[in-house]
Amino acid sequence: MTERIVVVGGGTGGCVLANRLADDLGPELDRGEVELLLVTDSPQHVYKPAFLYVAFGERTLAEAERPVADLVDRRVRLRIGTATGVDTDAKRLAVAGTTDVPYDHLVLTIGCQLVPEETPGLAEGGHHFYGPDGAETLRDALSEFTEGHLVLSVIGVPHMCPAAPLEFVLIADDWFRRRGLRDDVEITYTYPIGRAHGIQSLADWATGEFAARDIHLETFVNPEEIDPEERIVHTMEGEELSYDLLVAIPPHAGSDLVSEAGLGDDGWVAVDRGTLEATHADGVYAIGDVADVPTSKAGSVAHYEASVVADRIASRVRGETPTATYDGKTVCFVESGLDEATFVEFGYGDEPAVREPSRFVHWGKLAYNESYWLTARGLL
Amino acid sequence: MSAPIEADEVVDARGAACPGPLMDLIGKVRTADAGTVFELQTTDSSSSHDVPEWVEKAGHELLDIVEHDGEGYWSIYVRTA
Repeated sequence: MTERIVVVGGGTGGCVLANRLADDLGPELDRGEVELLLVTDSPQHVYKPAFLYVAFGERTLAEAERPVADLVDRRVRLRIGTATGVDTDAKRLAVAGTTDVPYDHLVLTIGCQLVPEETPGLAEGGHHFYGPDGAETLRDALSEFTEGHLVLSVIGVPHMCPAAPLEFVLIADDWFRRRGLRDDVEITYTYPIGRAHGIQSLADWATGEFAARDIHLETFVNPEEIDPEERIVHTMEGEELSYDLLVAIPPHAGSDLVSEAGLGDDGWVAVDRGTLEATHADGVYAIGDVADVPTSKAGSVAHYEASVVADRIASRVRGETPTATYDGKTVCFVESGLDEATFVEFGYGDEPAVREPSRFVHWGKLAYNESYWLTARGLL
Repeated sequence: MSAPIEADEVVDARGAACPGPLMDLIGKVRTADAGTVFELQTTDSSSSHDVPEWVEKAGHELLDIVEHDGEGYWSIYVRTA
């Protein structure tokens, strides 16, 4: 009897997973003992970290996208469609406009959604670099911004690319200095808790960088409403912050599909943090942003989780006992300007060390940006 | 011994790392009516100082912090202003 593996989502987690499974289960796929289906709502795969560079005119959107069909193994069946529901008892996935898809092993890697509308006035009054349109609009706004108060406000936590807000203001500082505009541009960074970042060592490092580079740090700032006309951020803490150009990390949300399927609260899939198997259903896994695990929503997390789940599913298909577990491994490059970077690496409960930024690490990041497509293909 | 506080809503953030527990609470407070009592359950020891700090800054009321010996978590009670 054919075992059916269904992967939902064509982002980093979905592509890496599908390719690793195709590699691990090649003979079984060739013999027809296993079917591997990737369902994704877009024919294009997007490398989201590129959006930060797009905002500063360092990359183009075209460089950030490739067809999913070009990235996944030929043995992976690809269906472009939107998953609309999961019946975890009947083990069937509903896909818009087509018949339900039965599964034996289902992996949800459907990411998260931007919901700027949760903060009134944000969509009208603020920019972001967390999507293609937002990054291009911000690029145009930045290119015309020659003086005034630039505010980067982290509203949504958790959010994708945990270091990106820090990177944005550090790059902006360097970018305006090189253009001879820094004396005319005031930069403020706000964060919702009592320090500059959720990771203590990153917060400590960033606080020092900000002080040295005249970037204002405001903590315990939780925007409640944006007044686009007056250009004021009103906070839950009862304060007001005026701006000329607002760049926000918008609120993020999980998926209704997850909540409606009973897989987790608030749209995030409840999973065992080691096995990544769903707490509330058999044969279901979650990786990437949609999985509720106590680490960052980073591409590297999806990448490492995909390897673990591929290993576990392949073991089950072969009748073996799965032993691979995810230890929370997360790796993030942190750009500290236009030509220097550092990086952090940590697992569950670890406090990462932040090394001195260097050109070498920045080049490493640029090299990774180019070689990312090998990651998506499951080769790195 | 005082009677336990009855919460209107329990926010179970056990297992979440910083800033998860505080952000979970802020997310719930954002849409809550004034006078709502929350119980934030957290296994993150840093919650015992960053939650009270935020509560004070935001003008809410910290009712109590209860450590559950042997169970490895704290309950932080907050009444919204």
